[in-house]
Amino acid sequence: MIRFDSITKAYPGTTRPALNGVSLEILKGEFVFLVGASGSGKSSFLRLILREETPSKGAIHVLGQHLNTLTNRKVPYFRRNLGVVFQDFRLLPNKTVFDNVAFTLQVIGKSKGYIQEAVPDALKMVGLAGKSNRFPHELSGGEQQRVAIARAVVNKPAILLADEPTGNLDPATSAGIMTLLERINLGGTTVIMATHDAGIVDQMKRRVIELISGQIVRDERQGGYQTQAVPVQGFGRQSTEVAP
Amino acid sequence: MRLGLILGEVGSGLRRNVSMVISVVLVTFISLTFVGAAILLQMQIGQMKDYWYDRAQVAVYMCTDLDTTGTCTQSEATKTQIDAVEAQLKSPALAPYIKKYEYETHDQAYTNFQEQLADNPIASFVTPETLNESFRVNLVDPTEADILIESLSGSPGVQEVRDQRSYLDRIFAVLNAASYTAIGVAALMLVAAVLLIATTIRLSAFSRRRELGIMRLVGASNRFIQTPFILEGVFAALIGSILASVAIVAIVQFFVQGYLTRALQSTTTLVGLGDALVVVPILIAVGAALAAASAGVAISRYLKV
Repeated sequence: MIRFDSITKAYPGTTRPALNGVSLEILKGEFVFLVGASGSGKSSFLRLILREETPSKGAIHVLGQHLNTLTNRKVPYFRRNLGVVFQDFRLLPNKTVFDNVAFTLQVIGKSKGYIQEAVPDALKMVGLAGKSNRFPHELSGGEQQRVAIARAVVNKPAILLADEPTGNLDPATSAGIMTLLERINLGGTTVIMATHDAGIVDQMKRRVIELISGQIVRDERQGGYQTQAVPVQGFGRQSTEVAP
Repeated sequence: MRLGLILGEVGSGLRRNVSMVISVVLVTFISLTFVGAAILLQMQIGQMKDYWYDRAQVAVYMCTDLDTTGTCTQSEATKTQIDAVEAQLKSPALAPYIKKYEYETHDQAYTNFQEQLADNPIASFVTPETLNESFRVNLVDPTEADILIESLSGSPGVQEVRDQRSYLDRIFAVLNAASYTAIGVAALMLVAAVLLIATTIRLSAFSRRRELGIMRLVGASNRFIQTPFILEGVFAALIGSILASVAIVAIVQFFVQGYLTRALQSTTTLVGLGDALVVVPILIAVGAALAAASAGVAISRYLKV
């Protein structure tokens, strides 16, 4: 479903690559946590899958497409198979909840009838069925993130990318969001979630990929936020390893 | 569905940027009016050339008692000299170039002079003897006047051989300068219009950057993203070009056909409404094409995937 073949991504003007020789494969229906300090390459990883960036070296295949050779013109059609959720929600403040979710379908040319059916379904799935006429500023943070998730999954994508979706939320609300993501995953959608939230990762017991300085240092089934296999490093040691 | 959505986006973009849109309309209006005026002026010059070059003659002036220039020595050209010039005009060397010629005597020249300068005080000082007798030659091709000038200048009794087109060329030079000035002003204004359209579209895109970001994220096609912006620019420019077209038609109708025709009467032909209607589609096409191109370039940086 997603395959990285020794991917290196170096941004122009920097000496140290954001990702350095990363190889991995993520299968259909997996739930993957991407952990690591800021600057370890998590965001670059997600941006590469989204084809917002192209790798400096190596090949990426996502959903059977070779992203290195995908032409710019075809990128929008490729992205229709992906859903994305961000830490800062990125809702349109002047549109209602319904319109925010419908916007996604409108701009890819879905019919009015399809939108009238699919949007309420998605809102019901995230538990906001009764709030479709509210504006984003009238909702709590957790509810706004649910709208963002509804927007990401309304087109039934094969992959859901989440970049710290619980970063702005309190633990109880975060737990609700995680339940929702888990349910989406159970429906067959591959979920890749970058996070700093140790509690969530430890509790979910899913596949964990840890990045340090652009390299995969751990890829563990049913892992925790910190590795059980390697003893925890001392503070000084860790900071030299992690700091960019 | 999609068309309605795109037009809705265009409408909201135009509303959000009213002042910029008005300035785009005004600048395209003024610049295209200058473009139209320049085209009309060129058409006018073309018509006048057609009209006057057909009537322009080469004049072979014969000496009078007063002339000292050319081969003249203050003595009237003799009958022999005049016959010699006429013989040359009839000779096989020159005849193929000449459509027809006629001889103008002192008295005819005097009558023409009095007619043409009736209101001028100088007319009363002139006597028939001071005006040159001349051959008035119409050429088959008016541009070949040099052949006649070379072969007849210096013949005995000839004061000067003059191509009347040289008088016309001075008038055309003035009109040409006016039309080039109009083109220059138009070009500068068009540059301003193009930059203004680009700025307006950037502003419009900036105010909608959240929507654009989400559109790109969820896979809206580039064409879908850029079409509203291009239409926005084209719409504003179209209003400007329609105003310019109205102005051009009004200028021809009321100034050229109304005022100038009355003032100049039938001395020359003037551009008419038919010519103005030829200019209108040119203006509209230029306005729309420039707007589409500059808006397209302006929005392209928001389309990088």
